[in-house]
Amino acid sequence: MTEDIRNIVKEHGRLSVDVASLTDDADLYAAGLTSHASVNLMLALEAKFDIEFPERMLRRKSFESIAAMKAAISELVPQ
Amino acid sequence: MSALRENLVAQAKKIGEKVVAAHAADVDATARFPTESFAALKEAKLLSAMVPKALGGPGATVSDIAAVCTTLGHYCASTAMVYAMHQSQVACITRHCGSSAWQKNFIAEMCKQELLIASATSEAGIGGDVRTSSCAVETTGDRFTLAKNATVISYGAHADAVCLTARRTPDSPPSDQVLVVCPKGTYTLEQTSGWDTLGMRGTCSNGYWLRAKGSTEQVLPTPYADISAQTMLPSAHVFWASLWLGIASDALNRSRLFIRGEARKKPGSVPPGAVRLAEASNQLQLMRANVTDCAAAYEAAMATPEATTALGFAIRMNHLKTGTSQMAIDVVNRAMLINGIHGYRNDSPFSVARHLRDVHSAQVMVSNDRIFGTTASLLLVHKED
Repeated sequence: MTEDIRNIVKEHGRLSVDVASLTDDADLYAAGLTSHASVNLMLALEAKFDIEFPERMLRRKSFESIAAMKAAISELVPQ
Repeated sequence: MSALRENLVAQAKKIGEKVVAAHAADVDATARFPTESFAALKEAKLLSAMVPKALGGPGATVSDIAAVCTTLGHYCASTAMVYAMHQSQVACITRHCGSSAWQKNFIAEMCKQELLIASATSEAGIGGDVRTSSCAVETTGDRFTLAKNATVISYGAHADAVCLTARRTPDSPPSDQVLVVCPKGTYTLEQTSGWDTLGMRGTCSNGYWLRAKGSTEQVLPTPYADISAQTMLPSAHVFWASLWLGIASDALNRSRLFIRGEARKKPGSVPPGAVRLAEASNQLQLMRANVTDCAAAYEAAMATPEATTALGFAIRMNHLKTGTSQMAIDVVNRAMLINGIHGYRNDSPFSVARHLRDVHSAQVMVSNDRIFGTTASLLLVHKED
């Protein structure tokens, strides 16, 4: 799952640095993630994992790092 | 209504009637800063009213200040707008100062001297997106320097301090911003453009090259992304909407007086504009409901900062701005039609000419098109509860 998330961040995050250079816990907002890009990120993640983020997850914190996204998605993907 | 709000609104009304109204026409005609208004507001300690009790202020709420903005909006839109913008800065500093001794000391000074705080968020070369910066804080030890080509700093030349956005470091991406609090004496202003506009002429929103240097403690510890979502944007939209409500209600008051006069001339008949007045009054009520509802929602969300970063909250606060700005123009326009040539004239007690010019700023000062664009993007993922 982490690899898939990394690929989506690479494609849609429009970061100012290479995603490969970031740890899973790195602050993506400090790496240049804008709120506009984070919307595209959410849409791509929803499509990839066939999920819908509920309103409670649609806040800044849920997308601040690769680890945070993984935690949010894990809650929604049937195990 | 709390006793504090009653007192604040009563003072604003008194100053509005005695001072603000008396100079409003001249402020507008000569595009000058409402000096007399702010001397009186400072005297009455209305600038520091929202500083929380824990930081040495009287602790007025967002709704209290919103009520003051509406009251001032009755008398002079420029005065009300400057007051509203100042209060957003107060909100940002007091809510995001963390444990910084420098910031707390600045807040104490703000209360003692009733400092007026301006904001420098727009910048040349960033395409109008205030959530990105080109200039950066350059740090050496515990000192910083910063130079910003600010396309607009409203009342910059009349402020006692300026809060400006900048990239956190010269290596930071454009979206990684901080807010730097610069009291007078820590910056210089070199004017680059003037402010000759249709309305809101007294905000004196000139452009400047701002060059600042000082202690790194002047940089607020919270990232500007959070300050913007949690405080700057919601407080600005609530205060702006409140003063637009003030402009619109004063315009409609003038229509009410006009229609009453007409009715008295011909007892027994309803003047032709009376139905228009009913329609405009209906719109004003919708507008007022939007403002009070969103102010209450913001106050509720303030208790849990996390709630203010939710998409639904951002959408609601954006709708407040776009919705009330359109409606304020609509109400004032209706007032103009009701009052007819008496509304159109500058020299009539029923004039709404200045109201109409001032209120047209609402849709363009932070363009509604841009805000609708952001909202449209948020709606792609937002789910209604």
